[in-house]
Amino acid sequence: MSLSAAVGLQLGSLQLQADLEVAPGELLAVLGPNGAGKSSLLRCLAGLQPIAEGCIAIDGVVVDEPLSRTFVGPQHRPIGVVFQDYLLFEYMSVLENVAFGLRARRTPRAEARRRAAEWLERVGLGEYRDQRPRALSGGQAQRAALARAMATDPRLLLLDEPLAALDAATRAGVRRDLRRHLETFDGMRIMVTHDPVDAYALADRVAILDGGSIVQTGTLADVTAHPRSRYVADLVGVNLVAGTIEHGVLITATGAHVIIADAADGASLAVIRPHSIMLVRQPNDGASARNVWAGTITDIDRLGHRVRVVVVGALPLIAEITVEAFDALQLRPGDEIHASVKATDIEVYPA
Amino acid sequence: MTDRRRPRDGRLPLPVLVLAGIAIVFFALPLIGLLWRAPWSRAWEYLTDDAALTALRLSLVCSLWATALSVVFGVPLAWLLARVQFRGRGAVRALCLLSMVLPPVVGGLALFFALGRRGLVGQWLDRWFNIQLPFTTAGVVVAQTFVAMPFLVITVEAALRQMNTRVEDASRTLGASRWYTFRRVTLPAVGPSVAAGAVLAWARALGEFGATITFAGNFPGTTQTMPLAVYLARETNPEQSIILALVLIAISFAVLVGLRDRWFGRSGEAVRPPMVQA
Repeated sequence: MSLSAAVGLQLGSLQLQADLEVAPGELLAVLGPNGAGKSSLLRCLAGLQPIAEGCIAIDGVVVDEPLSRTFVGPQHRPIGVVFQDYLLFEYMSVLENVAFGLRARRTPRAEARRRAAEWLERVGLGEYRDQRPRALSGGQAQRAALARAMATDPRLLLLDEPLAALDAATRAGVRRDLRRHLETFDGMRIMVTHDPVDAYALADRVAILDGGSIVQTGTLADVTAHPRSRYVADLVGVNLVAGTIEHGVLITATGAHVIIADAADGASLAVIRPHSIMLVRQPNDGASARNVWAGTITDIDRLGHRVRVVVVGALPLIAEITVEAFDALQLRPGDEIHASVKATDIEVYPA
Repeated sequence: MTDRRRPRDGRLPLPVLVLAGIAIVFFALPLIGLLWRAPWSRAWEYLTDDAALTALRLSLVCSLWATALSVVFGVPLAWLLARVQFRGRGAVRALCLLSMVLPPVVGGLALFFALGRRGLVGQWLDRWFNIQLPFTTAGVVVAQTFVAMPFLVITVEAALRQMNTRVEDASRTLGASRWYTFRRVTLPAVGPSVAAGAVLAWARALGEFGATITFAGNFPGTTQTMPLAVYLARETNPEQSIILALVLIAISFAVLVGLRDRWFGRSGEAVRPPMVQA
């Protein structure tokens, strides 16, 4: 029992062509930039947008297949959707919002209200049951939307950018809550997001959507370790260097040389993890590193105890160093710097 | 957003003020004229006069019926025009709003040829169901509905277009049918506009004259509504017509003042009609 979807749809100039499999109990994050077709994919799965070709089956039941002229409307699919802007019904109480799905399925009023109240207690909104959604904060509204979607016991829960509408200060807390609540759900879950951090925090597996197509799927560790395109590398934060290997040296299109430990000749991708890069003022400072590239610092981002430094040169790189190293070097944007990496720290795989 | 909060710095352009002032006087003068000539000492007598009371009662009953019919048929029509893409939608909308710009007498005449005893549909209504609409109270309701419903349709259609339809999507993913979604999500969302449109339609029905007198005639007790009574009294008893006219003005004025907050309202929630017609 699972979700199996092959979604084909033309959206203006974007050709959405995405195949997905989700196992029971699994949370798949569909990761991609704005305009990649994430929300449209979700709308197709929910039944709000019929697909042009392909097939969507939930638990073995085909819900959309143009070839066999099968289409099951959203109200008959075993789904729950949490929308990006939550879309709570403004003129109903929070309790009525959560009871809405049950009432729509002809659950008796008292029973629906009792179960909705249970859900509100579970997500910590018991005291807001008689309030209007307007009275809720962003995080609370998200929990109300989650309770509303889960109250009908869906098999497939769809979350559209569940954290995008929140400000940075509340996001971490809400993300933690969301993970806790999602863990209690044993059905299939798909979350679309543009933020890899959400995927790190919540997903078992990621599917990277770019230009309407799934370009890579796997566990996040897997995708981070072996990104298959520049875009995926940028998205999950590693340096991906494409080039051709000749005699143990990978030569990029811009002519930069990357010495690698061992790999076969031919077109290849090298992954250079930001934290394996050492930044030094003088090239001889780093004795055992065999790769040294000169460059100019263009950007510095502090992320907790680490600092991400963007170096632009023959080989553009993102380096991640400790605050201590950063302070010792006293780096500033515009500084000339040398980036060095041990050849053995570079992973290479055929392109 | 509201005019009330605009700073008063005393630098308003004089020519604009003068022209606006003339416009206000233009609207105020006729009212003052009526108030000036009103026979206040005999006002109560004219108001409680049998004929006047009958006309007033008939006006209220008919206009409320017309309003109810406008809501029952106008809301689905507005929904159709706002939400369903079909060929010739523009033409259908124009057709349905035509009676708003048509001279009411023309509307009444058209109704007569459609629903009169020898009319296109009227002859069958007469022959099969023994229903005659012209010169009956039901005919008054038909004539008033004909001219009043567009006001509701145009108001509700605008609200439906402004509404976030994704809320309806959310409803459907929760297992709600289209009908349940319409009842529990769409209607409450446009409720204030339905109310505003209904009040507008009611005010229009109450003041309806041309279509009524053409289609339903002028029979005291069955088809003689207030506006007709005012017109008739102008010939026979001008003093009474002034009093009846003032009653109509008072009602209309109250409606407009009551709607003011909804249209020119205090916040962004206000529902703006596409055109102010009243």
